[in-house]
Amino acid sequence: MNIIVCIKQVPDAASVKWDREKGTLIRDGVKSVINPFDYNAIEAALQVRDELGGTVTAVTMGPPQAEEAIREAISLGVDQGVVVSDRAFAGADTLATTYTLSKAIEKLGGADLVFCGKQAIDGDTAQVGPGLSVRLGIPCVTCIGDMEVLEGGKGLRVKRMNEFGYDLVEVEFPALFTTIASLNTPRVPSLKGKMRAKKAKIPVWTAEDIGADPDRIGLKGSPTQVASTYIPTFEARKEMLEGSPEEQVEALVERLKGAGIL
Amino acid sequence: MISVDKELCSGCGVCPDVCSYGAISLVGDTAQVDLDKCTLCGTCAENCPADAITIEREETGSAAELDQWRGVWVFAEFRNGEYAPVVFELLGKGRELADALGEELCAVAIGSGSRDQAEVLGNAGADRVLVADSPELEGFSEDVWARILSRLASEQKPEVILAGATSMGRAFLPQVATMLETGLTADCTQLEIRAEDRALLQTRPAFGGNLLATIVCPNHRPQMATVRPNVFRAPSMDFEDSGNSGRQIEIDEIELSPEDLKSGVRVVERKVEDLQGPDLANSQVIVTAGRGIGSEDNLKALEQLANCLEGAVGATRAITDAGWISHHHQIGQTGATVAPKLYLGFGVSGAIQHLVGMQGSEIIVAVNKDPDAPIFDVATYGIVGDVHEILQLLLQRICKGAGQTGG
Ligand SMILES: Cc1cc2nc3c(=O)[nH]c(=O)nc-3n(C[C@H](O)[C@H](O)[C@H](O)COP(=O)(O)OP(=O)(O)OC[C@H]3O[C@@H](n4cnc5c(N)ncnc54)[C@H](O)[C@@H]3O)c2cc1C
Ligand SMILES: Nc1ncnc2c1ncn2[C@@H]1O[C@H](COP(=O)(O)O)[C@@H](O)[C@H]1O
Repeated sequence: MNIIVCIKQVPDAASVKWDREKGTLIRDGVKSVINPFDYNAIEAALQVRDELGGTVTAVTMGPPQAEEAIREAISLGVDQGVVVSDRAFAGADTLATTYTLSKAIEKLGGADLVFCGKQAIDGDTAQVGPGLSVRLGIPCVTCIGDMEVLEGGKGLRVKRMNEFGYDLVEVEFPALFTTIASLNTPRVPSLKGKMRAKKAKIPVWTAEDIGADPDRIGLKGSPTQVASTYIPTFEARKEMLEGSPEEQVEALVERLKGAGIL
Repeated sequence: MISVDKELCSGCGVCPDVCSYGAISLVGDTAQVDLDKCTLCGTCAENCPADAITIEREETGSAAELDQWRGVWVFAEFRNGEYAPVVFELLGKGRELADALGEELCAVAIGSGSRDQAEVLGNAGADRVLVADSPELEGFSEDVWARILSRLASEQKPEVILAGATSMGRAFLPQVATMLETGLTADCTQLEIRAEDRALLQTRPAFGGNLLATIVCPNHRPQMATVRPNVFRAPSMDFEDSGNSGRQIEIDEIELSPEDLKSGVRVVERKVEDLQGPDLANSQVIVTAGRGIGSEDNLKALEQLANCLEGAVGATRAITDAGWISHHHQIGQTGATVAPKLYLGFGVSGAIQHLVGMQGSEIIVAVNKDPDAPIFDVATYGIVGDVHEILQLLLQRICKGAGQTGG
């Protein structure tokens, strides 16, 4: 059983704050962490492996420092990992990212089961998982909140969460699933895991190593472009209600009556 | 590739500050980019006062090929026997875009029973409806929906496809975009046509809502975007008002082959839960709790107020993270987007991630003891004061007042 878990290193939200007045980021040195939802993906992969056997491989596309994320995944119990890294990957949107990840997975010998996080907190797109499944030609179920292995270990029965509740769905391997926080409680690294992570050799694959078409990766392979960015401004429409608390409340009630709400 | 023009760069230090990846530093008097860290996101180039940073990309795609793609499509999500409210919001926006382009607006419905109600899509502005209806399309399967929509799009070539960023839309639209090898922009908050080149300008929050980015998809078609529920307003569905009375719409039923319906995803049970508490998305009044309410016990007074206004209780992430109320109540970037007639915020500071989820509300009332709280920047009526005192006075005043008028 070849189990792949896709993880992404993201800037730690807590270390980046925006100064709205100056319009700049206040940084306390940008720290990178594993995308929170990806811990649930790692845990899900480990659980299936522990039940059915096989190998869990963590894959990340990112800068060379993304190796830290792979080491952390290994400390949690992942068997091996690979960093897919090349300057030519920079500027990838989700279409180029799924192409690149699929080429890496191909080089790993394909996958019986893939887990991704529901979304990455830097881009917030939630597009890589479903897109990757198309590249790999396998079914995909997003936002799973519960899972169990099907009889005979042929697939998974999962709760696909939605606005109304959930659907119970069954999917046979090979398949891809994206995970949400309520799926499981990620384990903490063991001492043995930490030792293994320290010693692990982590291959770094370039675009050439995975046989990627240069036209389909990075900025060049990305249909979407950022045309401009700006700091949100809000319509100024404030009226501060003055006076004693009683007077303020009275003024509010009057205005709400005027607006036809009361 | 990214490059810094050494002549133009003044060493002002803006770009290292705006880079969220820590990829730029000043070496001497010029900015230097660490290509191992740079993601080519473009924020530095955008913010450079001297226009010294450029990101170059090669152009691909021929204009003639792009020109064959015409018209605006809205995915008409059909679930639990009805069209999702976001469909009507998107048809309203889709109508504007189609008019700006001078093209038709088409709704694409997929699901068992969707044909019977297809006329309502015309009332909301669609010129044409494409429906794929079959008893076998009862439970949602990502692969089937993706295959049908991508097949129709590659045959009929629309230039724009919009869909709701619902659990369904988010699950299969990325598959459609990948099948069509085109771009998809998630969770757009503004959509507009740029007249000179017919480009769809897709604006969405970036970096946790701290920044808005406008995304384009210049060399690929269709241009695809998802939009969260409650971001746009639905057009009036009243025949007379909407000017849609007697409008002729065309309904095309799509033939489906067994191949189309083959799925790797088997839905064995569908569970519609009775989500406790009133539905945020459909409430005209939302009373929101922020950390300033002080303790979980104080939620009761807010609930009371919400009850007598026939509204719902919303919350900031500070409150849901504390476990005082379930995540279903959270408003903002990582919660629901709401646009009620009246939003009342008690002890809400107005963090940008919260504001992006409620700024569309008609009347915003904020109560906060800090006169400099950012929520006052968006409030229609602001009250600087203590939450508890104001809340008690309001309860006495409003709940009594409502009783007197029988409302
Ligand atoms: C990636 C990301 C996503 C996020 N998504 C969301 C989201 O979806 N929704 C969301 O809400 N937040 C979100 N946040 C969190 C957000 O940044 C804020 O931390 C949060 O909104 C603050 O909630 P608050 O206003 O209740 O609390 P605080 O910021 O702590 O504000 C409390 C306010 O209460 C006032 N106050 C205190 N006591 C009293 C009193 N007795 N009377 C009157 N006023 C009083 C204070 O002056 C203060 O302004 C997100 C953050 C990140 C990084
Ligand atoms: N560069 C990447 N490398 C590996 N996995 C990724 C990468 N980007 C996204 N993913 C996976 O896709 C999920 C969704 O990301 P996104 O679509 O960017 O919100 C993440 O939780 C990861 O599991």
